[in-house]
Amino acid sequence: MCGIVGLYLKNSALQGKLGALFAPMLIEMADRGRDSTGIAIYGDEVDDSHVKLTLQHEDINFDWPAVVAALEKGVGAPVDWFQNAGAIVAKVKGDGTAARSLLSSEFPDVAVRSIGLSIEILKDIGSPEAISEKFNIPGMKGTHAIGHTRMATESAVTTDGSHPFSTGYDLCLVHNGSLSNHNRLRAYLKKQGIVFETMNDSEVAAGYVMWRMQQGKSLEEALIAALDDLDGFYTLTVGTRDGFAVVRDRIACKPAILAETDDYVAMASEYRALASLPGIKNARLWEPEPGEVYAWGHTAHEGISRQELELA
Amino acid sequence: MSEYDLQKVSIREVNQALHDLTDGANDTEITISNPGGMHNIACGVDSPVSVKIDGHTGYYCAGMNKLANIEVNGNVGTGVAENMMSGTVRVRGNASQSAGATAHGGLLVIEGDAAARCGISMKGIDIVVKGSVGHLAAFMGQSGRMVVCGDAGDALGDSLYEARLYVKGKVKSLGADCIEKEMRPEHLEELKALLDAAGMDEDPKAFKRYGSARQLYNFKVDNMSAY
Repeated sequence: MCGIVGLYLKNSALQGKLGALFAPMLIEMADRGRDSTGIAIYGDEVDDSHVKLTLQHEDINFDWPAVVAALEKGVGAPVDWFQNAGAIVAKVKGDGTAARSLLSSEFPDVAVRSIGLSIEILKDIGSPEAISEKFNIPGMKGTHAIGHTRMATESAVTTDGSHPFSTGYDLCLVHNGSLSNHNRLRAYLKKQGIVFETMNDSEVAAGYVMWRMQQGKSLEEALIAALDDLDGFYTLTVGTRDGFAVVRDRIACKPAILAETDDYVAMASEYRALASLPGIKNARLWEPEPGEVYAWGHTAHEGISRQELELA
Repeated sequence: MSEYDLQKVSIREVNQALHDLTDGANDTEITISNPGGMHNIACGVDSPVSVKIDGHTGYYCAGMNKLANIEVNGNVGTGVAENMMSGTVRVRGNASQSAGATAHGGLLVIEGDAAARCGISMKGIDIVVKGSVGHLAAFMGQSGRMVVCGDAGDALGDSLYEARLYVKGKVKSLGADCIEKEMRPEHLEELKALLDAAGMDEDPKAFKRYGSARQLYNFKVDNMSAY
């Protein structure tokens, strides 16, 4: 098993309550997995001369000011940052390339969880209840979030093996299911230059999406290609800067349900994770069809609107 | 007349109360509110009572039902009425995958759509779906009847034994060993009785019948090379 939840707010008046709406959804999915828990939350966007990095270290007393000082020196500009449990969010000048190379050479123990203008990925070993409290998820604000509760099957229970997995700028992926061709696919993707941190099958799905998008494919095209190249069972949810996308394999053993009202689009492995949302009794509810890609987001052209892409 | 609010009492308490009802009990009308997508609601009921559930339910709702008349005013999750023995289960909304799985008897009515694997390994249940069914409906069905007033997805009746399938709309594809069969008067009669029992106002003549070609029943020595 494993549980997935996603919440995308169409009504901007609710953005201050994103965490308060989202945390109960995550906690309801504890029965589907409590080995580790993670979220990607989007909001508090930086301007495009900056990049937002979420960094994590296993030592709760880690010397973060030293890292920030090195980053400030490296990019030659002040870094706005804050700490949340074992992680920090740092807003760094530039596109992040210099910052990441500095981190990997001077602070190899620091994990870069996410990079982008909007995304923050926070994850750790522990139940949804524990992780929600640790990172104070109910207090968070933002435009949208996706979350994952893990019941480990294919690889060890570690923070690195927790979801979401970053798949590029402002992108991340969570997975419910198991992939049967992940070893061969990982070997292939490594040859293409994709770097993997774990033996986790879901990280291979994330690496695959990253590789396809590096080839110039759109997210939707990458997910359609995944239907042929990922062998196994999966419901995948991909967080993007302005929304999220959902796809289920063609056999569709792994569950997913979607709900939409005037205020939000929500997704979960099971309806009970949606039951606490306001107005859910009158929401439009449906299960995503097998082998079809669904995506929501707001675009510069359309303002906030729903895009339902049935491309398969 | 009993009412249970699942926000106030646990699912175990509710199911125990349902199990404690015996044949001839006075309390034959039970209402369950605020199901909130919980699993295992009204499982294993074995007396001729009426249970109304007001809202959406999770997995295995009305599983193993015997004799009871269970109605869900909402959508149901995976495996509604799985392994039902007798009685009636009516879903006012949509059903998730594996509705009526392995069920031996009774009538399951789904007024919306059913997702993948509806009636998987059905062993005698009657299933009537007002909407459409997803892929692999009636997979390995052994006996019983399935009526679909809408469309059927890929691989309808794959590896079917003796269940009889009636579909009004389009069938995306037939599964291995499933074929269209002639609709004879006895089938029209059977279908009409099923539609009447489910309360569906449909013309039996608009349906087509599908069943097993019976080519996968026994091992054929000619197929040895495939192993």
